[in-house]
Amino acid sequence: MTRLIVGPFNRVEGDLEVKLDIKDDQVEAAWVSSSLYRGFEQILEGKTPGDALVFAPRICGICSISQSVAASSALRNAMGLEQAPNGLLATNLLSATENLADHLTHFYLFFMPDFARDTYGDQPWGEAAQKRFKAMQGEASSYFLPARKNLLQLIGILAGKWPHTLAIQPGGTTKTLDQGDRVRVISVLSEIRRFLEEKVFGDKLEAILELSSFGELFSWADNQPMEQGDFRFFLKIAQSLALEEVGKTSCDAMSYGTYDGLFPQGVWRGEVGKLDPQLIAEDLTHSMMIGDTRHPSQGETFPDLDKADAYTLCKAPRLDGKVVEVGAYARQLIAGQPLIINLAHKSGSNVLSRVVGRLIEAARLVTIMEEWVDGFKIKEPFCSHGKMPDEVEAVGMTEAARGSLGHWLHVREGRIENYQIVSPTTWNFSPRDSSGISGPLESALVGVPVIADEKNPVVVQHIVRSFDPCMVCTVH
Amino acid sequence: MTASNEYNVLWLQAASCGGCTMSLLGEGNAGLVEFLKTFGINILWHPTLSEESGPEALAILEDVASGKVRLDALCVEGSILLGPKRTGRFQMFSGTGRSMFSWVSELAVLANNVLAVGSCAAFGGIISGNSTPTDARGLQFLGDQPHGALGDDFRSKSGLPVINIAGCAPHPGWITEVLVSLSRGEFTADDLDAFARPRLFADHLAHHGCVRNEFYEYKASAANLSQKGCLMEKLGCKATQASGDCNFRTWNGGPSCTNAGYSCISCTSPGFEKAEGFLKTPTVAGLPVGLPVDMPKAWYVALAALSKSATPDRVKKNSRSDHIIIPPRRGESQN
Repeated sequence: MTRLIVGPFNRVEGDLEVKLDIKDDQVEAAWVSSSLYRGFEQILEGKTPGDALVFAPRICGICSISQSVAASSALRNAMGLEQAPNGLLATNLLSATENLADHLTHFYLFFMPDFARDTYGDQPWGEAAQKRFKAMQGEASSYFLPARKNLLQLIGILAGKWPHTLAIQPGGTTKTLDQGDRVRVISVLSEIRRFLEEKVFGDKLEAILELSSFGELFSWADNQPMEQGDFRFFLKIAQSLALEEVGKTSCDAMSYGTYDGLFPQGVWRGEVGKLDPQLIAEDLTHSMMIGDTRHPSQGETFPDLDKADAYTLCKAPRLDGKVVEVGAYARQLIAGQPLIINLAHKSGSNVLSRVVGRLIEAARLVTIMEEWVDGFKIKEPFCSHGKMPDEVEAVGMTEAARGSLGHWLHVREGRIENYQIVSPTTWNFSPRDSSGISGPLESALVGVPVIADEKNPVVVQHIVRSFDPCMVCTVH
Repeated sequence: MTASNEYNVLWLQAASCGGCTMSLLGEGNAGLVEFLKTFGINILWHPTLSEESGPEALAILEDVASGKVRLDALCVEGSILLGPKRTGRFQMFSGTGRSMFSWVSELAVLANNVLAVGSCAAFGGIISGNSTPTDARGLQFLGDQPHGALGDDFRSKSGLPVINIAGCAPHPGWITEVLVSLSRGEFTADDLDAFARPRLFADHLAHHGCVRNEFYEYKASAANLSQKGCLMEKLGCKATQASGDCNFRTWNGGPSCTNAGYSCISCTSPGFEKAEGFLKTPTVAGLPVGLPVDMPKAWYVALAALSKSATPDRVKKNSRSDHIIIPPRRGESQN
């Protein structure tokens, strides 16, 4: 048996190290380690509750808006406040914009460049992949980055600075839109649709959203040459490498729900069931954290780098004691998206279904955003206001691009007594729990074939990046 | 990936949120990659952008450390964690068995210039906002004190101290304009302010060019966020004290913080994270504690009283509304 340590693991957000035990040319066991602790929960202790809106988004520069949404929703629930309807729409648009930006950034900058590696030079698609997806050199970085900049104009119009805006408040948003702003939002959205249709999909979004099975998806891909849309390009690569068999997990999938229930809350166990958030608990057995297993509302965060048998700073959240996977795939599954449900029944969660989940969600988001923008009543308020009680407990739950995000808040004598955050990648990259059961990534890596002298197995990179990990959120 | 006439940049993420990189990615109408090509800037390695991972990335870092590859600029994003007990173990640079503190200390002395990108790398930033065991520092400062990870005496090979591109997150233009000026040999010690922030943005106040300026002049203040009035008197806005040309740049093609309806929290200032109740102005005897940066208190009191008494009805009413309810028109009575 040989042990392989893979790091620094880049093109993920933050610090990640993966240890692999290799036996008989395959991964026998994997340990996933988060190696950065900043202490946001400790920092928030003793602050005035409203200041969570300054600190929480700064947990993460890539899903800053999602952190703002979770924090503002915890504060809103604590205040017993209703969002102004315009503010809800603006918050949803901001959140969807960031999710879309994250999905596309993942696809173009983090995930696809691995197929442009020299390793694949001999594949029939190898040369074309290098031309298009080579990190910092391929054509895609030249057309994706301006498109991303354009997309983020939506956040510019609705919230000014990104990352780390204060526009998202418990009662709505601080920027009131006028007639001109609305037109600019519509105009940017139309450019985003064009980018998705011309470059990402090479087809109408509606045509993509009509695909409802594995068979339909791949016959759509076969209808045109692989250069016709980057999604098609990916599907051809996925077919040639059988990515539906790579990086499989067999755990349940979960979504807290978002966009006012449009993407609903639930758990997938072969069919959609109800989620009881009271059954969430964080197990610290193999985490460099002191304490026992607790629900996040009672959670503690005290790091101990020298704790025995601990190998990561990440906690191990479990739902009713079970491992769950989160992300766009899980969210679309629970939202009943026909293609994703078909992929789940055919081959479950794997590299292919995670990537398809993200891109299908991207297509869906654009069509939904186009409807939202017509809902603004621009002469009415965007923000309502209320008072924070001195003693209160509340939770803010949302879906970030990478999955379920929750903030548990306890206010005592007007100050934050406890603030606990459970982030998407904390679920996906969790370590073993007290029963020795591995988190989703660790189990997805087991059994993966690795050639003896491979120091940096590319298949491991595909699997890790297929989760689009956000390590800065994982340990905050 | 190295041509000798190119300007070699290595980017490391210390204890960061990655937000400075996310901001940077928004640079240039033709995209960041084209922008860098235009100015001959070569990224040796960047954790978000580069192909090289694991051992391939380490090989690049080792070539820099051994002097085989020239390091023109080391960009560090995020605070340096010294804890526990100066071991730096709260951030291990994965795959290396060494702390980020150790890596940054080794590479900084080899760099012609060192850039602290963002307020965390510059001054400790958001994660030095309360007592935690991490002992988070900026590269040369902790807040406004010279107690950074590299020490007060540190100078890069060019002789400059660490260049503090403050901001949380900084505007992408601040990062790239400094890098390009350095690469063109046009950036000197005179271009830095007292906290080693580039004067290209630090010579201005965030207040300059604020769309709420008329409300400020008349002290017509908003009572709640989302209202049109000035945010300084009641809602914690520090734009009159904060360094930054924020209000004459666009952020993601949109407005700045104050123009988007929320207060400036002075994220370019050392120690900004220490504030209490960011969105509420602390007052003593009815006067805001943080007055405009160089304004004598007596003058502030006198001018505020005078301007309040001269406030047009339009300005007064609009300041407390979330939409403009009275448009400007000729011959409006002064009351």
